Amino acid sequence: MKAAPRTIRIEVLRYRPEQDKEPVVQGFDVPFTDDMSVLQGLQYIKDEFDGTLSFRWSCRMAICGSCGMMINGVPKLSCSTFLRDLYPNTVRVEALAHFPIERDLVIVLDDFITKLHKIKPYIIPKEPRALSQGEYLQTPEQMAQYEQFSACINCMLCYAACPQYGLNSSFIGPAAMALVHRYNLDNRDGGRAERDPYVHSEEGVFNCTAVGYCSEVCPKDVDPANAVNINKTESAKDYFLRFLKPKGAQA
Amino acid sequence: MSASNARRPYKRPMGGWWRKNPYFVEYMVHEGTALFVAAYALLLLAGVFALGRGEAAWNSWLALLRSPPSLLLHGVLLLGFLYHTWTWFNIMPRTLPPILIGGERVKATTITRAGLAAALVASVLVFALAARLAS
Ligand code: SF4
Ligand code: FES
Repeated sequence: MKAAPRTIRIEVLRYRPEQDKEPVVQGFDVPFTDDMSVLQGLQYIKDEFDGTLSFRWSCRMAICGSCGMMINGVPKLSCSTFLRDLYPNTVRVEALAHFPIERDLVIVLDDFITKLHKIKPYIIPKEPRALSQGEYLQTPEQMAQYEQFSACINCMLCYAACPQYGLNSSFIGPAAMALVHRYNLDNRDGGRAERDPYVHSEEGVFNCTAVGYCSEVCPKDVDPANAVNINKTESAKDYFLRFLKPKGAQA
Repeated sequence: MSASNARRPYKRPMGGWWRKNPYFVEYMVHEGTALFVAAYALLLLAGVFALGRGEAAWNSWLALLRSPPSLLLHGVLLLGFLYHTWTWFNIMPRTLPPILIGGERVKATTITRAGLAAALVASVLVFALAARLAS
């Protein structure tokens, strides 16, 4: 037996650059069933009320990382946040914080993509390897070193949770650092020296003041704050140990 | 980009950011307790200066410490210290590399508890030492 749909009020922060000088709130009364996510609520609005409402999504199963938005002020994946858990309160939906709004719930994510490129998020072999040498072998222990950090789905919720990023968007930020850490910890990788200058730079880890909310909101338990803070120690070591090295030892 | 570009990304202001989320309010409060720690360091520093200026100065500093407003201040500072300690060890697991014992990763709650226990033991030791010196 299916329960009759209830109705929930969804308020969306809209921004249509061609007509809005700044974002405006628009409310909709959306009938919903128990299995409907916030994302489905938005799709209902788009289908039934206003076809111009813009938002990103793809997988609908918390794996593509496209559908992040602020839901009642908290960065969340809208496909895995359910209307039944928010009812009877009004739901307030807004584009991910700290990013410029392109349109409605769509953010400009160029900055994050640039950072991803910069950290070289791929295995950089320690030495050239011929195809004939076959695949790399890795023990479960070696994989356990980095596995947690490889679970990142690039949803950027952590950036929306990071006030330091909001105040200064040149900060490398949580997810990019989690991925730096993920590759640096991989025993097949030899790319640390190429990533280090960015990590140790003005834009690097020391912009973090250990608020810790990034790890709190991460839907994949990546704990990006941990990656950032472990690398503060590394960064400090790099800075101070250079004074101990014999002159000319640095490349 | 041409002048006819319809893109006009909107940057939201950050003013009052820390009031927008209870998590940030708590962050500001626990960071704020660092000022309590600094205040107490200054109080102790004043004692060192008093000691340097001779017995009379030292004794009046001690008398000042025993005054009711000072006792009240100590109570308030102690509360600040306790909260500071609590939040400090709560965030600690996020700052440490994984600690493995017998191949198992030590849980965050265990690290926090160990830190709090260490703080308790250190406090008891300092207190015992102070009590011994005073007697
Ligand atoms: S670290 Fe977590 S919150 Fe940040 S982008 Fe990756 S999955 Fe999303
Ligand atoms: S739609 Fe893919 S994570 Fe939500």
